Amino acid sequence: MKAFKYLSPESVEAAISFYGEHSETAKYMAGGTDIIVKVKEGWMEPDYLISLKKIPEMNNLYKNEATGELSIGALTTHSTLEKSLMIQKDYPIIFDAVSNIGSLQVRNVGTIGGNLINAVPSADGAIPLIALDGVALLHGPDGERSCKVLDLFVAPYQTILKPGEILKKITIPPQPPHTGSGYTKFGRRAAMELPLIGIGVLLTLNSDYKTCIKARICLGVAAPTPMRAYDAEDFLLGKQITEEILNEAGNLAAAESKVRDSIRGKAWHRREMIQVYVRRMGLKCLEQIKEGR
Amino acid sequence: MTTQISFLLNGDEISHEIKDHWTLLHLLREEMGLIGTKEGCGNGECGACTVIVDGLAINSCLYLAIEAHGKHLETIEGLAATDGTLHPIQQSFVDEGGIQCGFCSPGMIMSSKALLDENPKANHEEIKHALAGNICRCTGYVQILESVEVARDQISGPISIQEGRGECNE
Repeated sequence: MKAFKYLSPESVEAAISFYGEHSETAKYMAGGTDIIVKVKEGWMEPDYLISLKKIPEMNNLYKNEATGELSIGALTTHSTLEKSLMIQKDYPIIFDAVSNIGSLQVRNVGTIGGNLINAVPSADGAIPLIALDGVALLHGPDGERSCKVLDLFVAPYQTILKPGEILKKITIPPQPPHTGSGYTKFGRRAAMELPLIGIGVLLTLNSDYKTCIKARICLGVAAPTPMRAYDAEDFLLGKQITEEILNEAGNLAAAESKVRDSIRGKAWHRREMIQVYVRRMGLKCLEQIKEGR
Repeated sequence: MTTQISFLLNGDEISHEIKDHWTLLHLLREEMGLIGTKEGCGNGECGACTVIVDGLAINSCLYLAIEAHGKHLETIEGLAATDGTLHPIQQSFVDEGGIQCGFCSPGMIMSSKALLDENPKANHEEIKHALAGNICRCTGYVQILESVEVARDQISGPISIQEGRGECNE
């Protein structure tokens, strides 16, 4: 592997100033499970790796009980999310997604922020955060800014991050009562596999436990970047949710997806699986809402 | 670009000069001669290089040695007692035929140890989930999973059939 110098700043400001000194010859590193592979393979040749691991505020995972806002530091590992009882209970869609990323060894080191910034079309981590209306907080040489997690992605492997900018954390606004959510990664096998398609569904019902007042249908690998199926979401709003209605939403989502043939699978197959899993994840949401009743 | 790091390795305090770009696997095998930990793919796909860092199973091929500073490392070399008595997980891999060529075994055993240390009553599904990142090309996995279940029963006493089988959803 190419030699580099490892820098380990303890604040975001210090990290940005290291980047300022070394600019393009430096790369930020979160968990490192992707970047080390890239350096080993020679796809990336940094002279400096700026590790963000020692920055305390980037490692926090907490829910503000007063406001209901969830804050996920970008350096939070997939395992930390997977093991968190709060995530398991209140954010099942995050649990569903992170518990099947890579392998346990990768999840113990890899981070949610790293997963987002890699911006692979199949990033399992992005879909639940988009479904939950997550907001990304960025910090760079020009100060702080924020954007929707959905808007982080510009193209495969490309985000809106400017040189020197860091994804600091993701915040999730409070979720209304009677909300259910679920994610499925559909592929040939569960472990160590990129999904053929990733499907995340979140539904909020009215206090009558029937009428849909909020719907999020988010798809991974269905387009160059993670996408929301707006037609399907709009279709569900105001409807009494039944299996037939979810079926129809699945058809709409499949139709508006921009799936392609690839080495891993054919477009028609992906479309059919979107249809099937939008329904199944929708039913899972209903079940959760009923259980919480 | 050399740095002095210190860490606990299988209970012993170690201080070692390293280069920043060395992986933990390189430090263990090439510099310290601890060749029990194997290099398979070198890309975090196969799990042959699994070691335990602060209680967590990790791929040492993707983990920089410099990040081990101040941490508690466990490798396959630390499992057997000084008199040669095997750790219950090692013994059950031998007894149950969880080993054929042996190349994946150190990684499999370290993943199993991390799991049973944290969850001594892990059921069948939990064992599969924890070992999903360890590839074996010989055994077909059945005997490996059985080995871990036997070791678990040795460590925690038998658990009920219902607990042990879990839900099967493949």
